Amino acid sequence: MMDLKKLTMSGAAQLLAEKKISSAELCQAYLDRIAALEPKVSALLSLDAGSVMAQAKESDARRAAGKALGPFDGVPVTIKDNITVKGQPCTCASKILQGFVSPYDATVIAKLKAAGMVLMGRANMDEFAMGSSCENSAYQKTRNPWNTDCVPGGSSGGSAAAVSAGETVIALGSDTGGSIRQPASFCGIVGLKPTYGRVSRFGLVAFASSLDQIGPMSKDVMDSALMLDLIAGQDERDTTSLPAAIPEGGFAAALKDFQPSLKGMKIGLPKEYFEVEGVAPGVKKVTADAVETLKSLGAEFVDISLPHTKYSMACYYIIAPAEASANLARFDGIRYGYRSPNANDILSTYQDSRGEGFGPEVIRRIMLGTYVLSSGYYDAYYVRAQKVRTLIRKDFTDAFEKCDVIFTPVTPATAFKFGEKSDPMQMYLSDVFTTALNLAGNCGISIPAGLDPDTHMPSGIQLIAPSLAEDRLFRAARAFELTRPEKEIVSPL
Amino acid sequence: MAASSKGIDVAHIAALARLRLSPEAAAKLAGEMENIVGYVEMLSELDVSGIEPTAHAVPRSNVIRDDVPGTSFPHDAMLANAPATVDQELVKVPQVLAEEGMA
Repeated sequence: MMDLKKLTMSGAAQLLAEKKISSAELCQAYLDRIAALEPKVSALLSLDAGSVMAQAKESDARRAAGKALGPFDGVPVTIKDNITVKGQPCTCASKILQGFVSPYDATVIAKLKAAGMVLMGRANMDEFAMGSSCENSAYQKTRNPWNTDCVPGGSSGGSAAAVSAGETVIALGSDTGGSIRQPASFCGIVGLKPTYGRVSRFGLVAFASSLDQIGPMSKDVMDSALMLDLIAGQDERDTTSLPAAIPEGGFAAALKDFQPSLKGMKIGLPKEYFEVEGVAPGVKKVTADAVETLKSLGAEFVDISLPHTKYSMACYYIIAPAEASANLARFDGIRYGYRSPNANDILSTYQDSRGEGFGPEVIRRIMLGTYVLSSGYYDAYYVRAQKVRTLIRKDFTDAFEKCDVIFTPVTPATAFKFGEKSDPMQMYLSDVFTTALNLAGNCGISIPAGLDPDTHMPSGIQLIAPSLAEDRLFRAARAFELTRPEKEIVSPL
Repeated sequence: MAASSKGIDVAHIAALARLRLSPEAAAKLAGEMENIVGYVEMLSELDVSGIEPTAHAVPRSNVIRDDVPGTSFPHDAMLANAPATVDQELVKVPQVLAEEGMA
């Protein structure tokens, strides 16, 4: 009997190819597991079981006719609720989009459909991807499968919890300042933030357009590479997508028949990241052990400096809210979304619909963004932050002259308890290690490294590579994954 | 609503952002925004003279697709999410101009 919790894209593809299972059997097994676990986990905002089984049966018919759309035809994938799927709800976990039905597919969804994958459920998130715990969802609390008293992280916490609990094979999330990597670390799975522009953002509901990227959340590094191969590529509908080719045969091809060795690879340790105060002793231990593992693979560690690290959170909390305040202006109660029944003229339609439709964190960010863009403050805050962003980018450019990848923790501590970070500023600072690379446009990956001996919760490590060098991340992360002392990091649910 | 001690005029910002806030929510936001703005003010320590601002991580300009005629999204599909319509043809909105202005 297959273990749904551990089943990967490559594993499922093999079972389907060898006719050991049909897509309908596979999807039904997942639907049964979802029904059993969702009362505890609450990872999904919506799930259309009829649609899942219809897609699975179509896949089986294609395969039987010898017309499978590739190795992953019939494999289920779960989608974060801010990526549009034609005919399905897309709420962004906000009341303002309650009842909205997407009229078109995001480009990544069109690509997954072209590969025959079965779209299975829409994952909970912090409202409009603003948050680090999923507590900002207007609908439900998602629980961490490792300890249901703890948050799954965020904003892609529903995607992370679904993968970790084995409610699905793989999921898509989105990452603006850590929203893939932080929940991946909290839930003990792999999360990739691709290079800005690597994956089309068409059909991703915009939060901060210069930072947002869609990426895979998976059970292993191989699946992360397989999924990036499926979703990457330039798109005429996203002018910021890059005309960069993926390597011959794809990123995943380089990981097959892989000898875990990192001889010749230089890994940078940014001293500023290890001077951050308040990092939990257990996270420090897991991180130090991971360095030893990577050394044992032949990697050479070099000390580097990212001098403007201290300013990255401040820079991020000006730029991201500024962009959000502009992007979320589209939710005006006119063409789609919630319209307040109390409104009686055009201004009150805007003000009441938005005031009633958005939750507190979204309002906070819109207000902050509007403030830093307002007359008299624009230069002092927004333009200054853009200039600091230039300095942060340069830090990385300089650092990558001395090393191939950069190694850091993902979060200062493992998953926290519900309600523990009630002060917004305290919540923001939990992203201290993840935001700088969004500002710089680099790619980064979070890989489970072990359990924090004090909290018994998973802790990840983060690897960062220059723009478009995902191949380096995959190589180092895959080697690490195959060599780390805890071979399997699987949630107890 | 009074301006906060940092001079953040919450009522003014809420008006700019087209957000109706309850007095309680506005008072709470004033404190939170002061706190966050107080934090981000650390950027003023840095000398940024002569530094170009970065708007996008990967600067690109004049990205133009081929000018090929094609079909757009269907009218009815786009109207399906409207809060109110006139005969499924137009988005229905509250009155925009005062009546005497219509003469």
